[in-house]
Amino acid sequence: MKIYGFKGGVHPPEKKELSKDVPITKIPLPERLLILTIQHTGAPTTPLVKAKDHVFKGQKIGDAQAFVTAPIHAPTSGTVKRIALFPHPNGRNVLGIEIEPDGKEEIFPDIPRDLSWQNLSPDEIKKRIREAGIVGLGGAAFPTHVKISPPPEKKIDTVILNGAECEPYLTIDYRLMLEKPQLIIEGLRILMYALGVKKGIIGIENNKKDAAEVLRKYIDRDIEIAILPTKYPQGSEKHLIKAILDREVPSGGLPLDVGVVVNNVGTAVAIAEHFKTGLPLISRGVTVTGENINSPKNLEVLIGTPVSKLIEAAGGFREKPGKIIFGGPMMGIAIYDMDTPVIKGTSGVVVFSEKETKYYEPVECVRCGRCIDVCPMGLMPTILAKYVRRGKLIEAEELGILDCVECGSCNYICPSRRPLLQWIRVGKTDILAKKRK
Amino acid sequence: MKSEMDKLIVSSSPHIFVKEDVSYAMRQVIYALIPATLAGVYFFGLYSLLVILVSIISAVLWEAFALILRKKPLNILLDFSAVVTGLLLALTLPPKVPLWIPIVGSGAAILLGKQVFGGLGDNFLNPALVGRAFLLSSYPQIMTSWMEPIHKIGGMVSQASPLTSTATPLAIEKLKLTGYQIPSYFHLFIGDIPGCIGETSALLLLLGGLYLIYKEIVDWRIPLSYISTVIIISLLFGKDPIFQILAGGLFLGAFFMATDWVTTPLTTKGKIIFGIGAGFFTMVIRLFGIYPEGVSYGILVMNALTPLIDRTLKPRKFGEVRK
Repeated sequence: MKIYGFKGGVHPPEKKELSKDVPITKIPLPERLLILTIQHTGAPTTPLVKAKDHVFKGQKIGDAQAFVTAPIHAPTSGTVKRIALFPHPNGRNVLGIEIEPDGKEEIFPDIPRDLSWQNLSPDEIKKRIREAGIVGLGGAAFPTHVKISPPPEKKIDTVILNGAECEPYLTIDYRLMLEKPQLIIEGLRILMYALGVKKGIIGIENNKKDAAEVLRKYIDRDIEIAILPTKYPQGSEKHLIKAILDREVPSGGLPLDVGVVVNNVGTAVAIAEHFKTGLPLISRGVTVTGENINSPKNLEVLIGTPVSKLIEAAGGFREKPGKIIFGGPMMGIAIYDMDTPVIKGTSGVVVFSEKETKYYEPVECVRCGRCIDVCPMGLMPTILAKYVRRGKLIEAEELGILDCVECGSCNYICPSRRPLLQWIRVGKTDILAKKRK
Repeated sequence: MKSEMDKLIVSSSPHIFVKEDVSYAMRQVIYALIPATLAGVYFFGLYSLLVILVSIISAVLWEAFALILRKKPLNILLDFSAVVTGLLLALTLPPKVPLWIPIVGSGAAILLGKQVFGGLGDNFLNPALVGRAFLLSSYPQIMTSWMEPIHKIGGMVSQASPLTSTATPLAIEKLKLTGYQIPSYFHLFIGDIPGCIGETSALLLLLGGLYLIYKEIVDWRIPLSYISTVIIISLLFGKDPIFQILAGGLFLGAFFMATDWVTTPLTTKGKIIFGIGAGFFTMVIRLFGIYPEGVSYGILVMNALTPLIDRTLKPRKFGEVRK
């Protein structure tokens, strides 16, 4: 299939070899699980249980009224110990529900046993996906039912599954494609059915050709596989659509404006698994890796597992850790608390030793223009950063600062070591805060 | 694990960076200039090596002096930009200049060309070219006294004594000087001809330039658009295009000065316009100006126009509605 590509991007060292050949394994049930009320993009959920309550595996324990939200569920049976503030990967403390597992794995009695999706209407499927708390598992954790409920005037003709996994180090999507190809295809078909779409495409970077070959065995005429050049940020929704279909999501718009819905391959697995078992989204795959991890692994872990348990399962630190990143090294968030739990958007945990943790003193911009060359959104990062530093937010907005997808390519490439993305984030936050007033 | 927690570093993404910083890029430029520099020393003698060393050392000292005055940390010197400026300035000097010339020139380059604006990154003119322009307008006689190379390639022995003055090929051609012969393409390409210390060997400058393009330090579009423009204008005015690109400082300028990050446009489109503009002004000076050579001023004029180019040309934004 013809690939159109996109402008810009960078080629950071892939580092996938650390964990790519390690099959997905489960970890022992931890002594406690911390289910945060913010797991996703959208409205926080309100706890539906209180301390000392008994909960079943798969029981809904939090929900909200808003459209853009996703309920949370107990990952296993046990007792609610307390409802309190816990560290969130985003750096803040967030209300969460602490569950002490009882080890019995008692499944919530109301969970439907058989949900053949073929017998359900698209609307019933969307409702089930919402009730199952399924969100995008690529990282942004946008509620999936919202994504697949476009306004009627938007005609959707293609569903794309994102198997690009362009972040260095991360290999969980690759493992899913190798180990659960049938579930991925099944999930894609459910999405296509729910959206009334006849065409499905799976986009995969060419450093994972073996995964593409495995998937190819299970596809039919309705599904195509697009092999994409390995280039960061190929997995960005907008750039995936551009590379595969040569359609550009308009500035400020969404993929559905160009007739496309994009979902991560992990999300497809979660959807297919839900319609098989009836269980909501209570676990996910996480790559635990880095040169400073003794034996890097791809793990299936319960939502709410503290990161310390993941690191333990991967053999612990090699030497003193300097930085622990939730997500990949390009877009992930550095955390500071070993209790921080896995949330639905946690695709990886990357650990750097103190020595590997780089900090550089920025120098003056030497105007090399590399940040402009690599910006996949066609922006001028160095100028945007300069405007923000000088408080010229109107000028920054005119120059398209709100289009920034925060991929970090500019910051990665800068020979003057300028924290360009940090400044751009400050500017975006300030502009959006002013707009809300 | 609690104790380890105290040591964790939190910062905004991304968490990985390229190895190549400003200092790396400057060092690559120095490496790329070594062949042409050594050729200059071979052609014009060890005295030119002295000129080069004095120029580099004084540039670094001027930079240190300015940093102390501005209360800036001296580790800024490690960006190697002062070394590059000193070297580039020396390569644009005639071989026989007295040693105070590179000292004064590098002072003008570093202080007037760079530090008064706030140091590397804030200067809008190429520092080495500011130094050269300062010298050329202050000491025109010294800056236009040339010598025949002491070594010639291909067995030919220099007829004139190194002490007698000669003229550059561009001057011979432009001023129709009698008694001089225009060197063959071969000698223009190899560089055993009268000229500035480091500008004569088109071959070795091309080699260094290609190295920088390979290392992605310079954008190939600038030298290409610059040199192409010179060829096209030469053809339009009935000049020999091969002579026009090989004689004079075009290769030194096109590969090493018109590609300076700080003083050239940010965008790809802007860089192409810069190359075309530099080629245009170079040829305007060569054809209609009083100087035989126009590379320095051609680039300086475009340096001055760079802020305007940057303000006008913006890259096309992703998802921007096509008008």
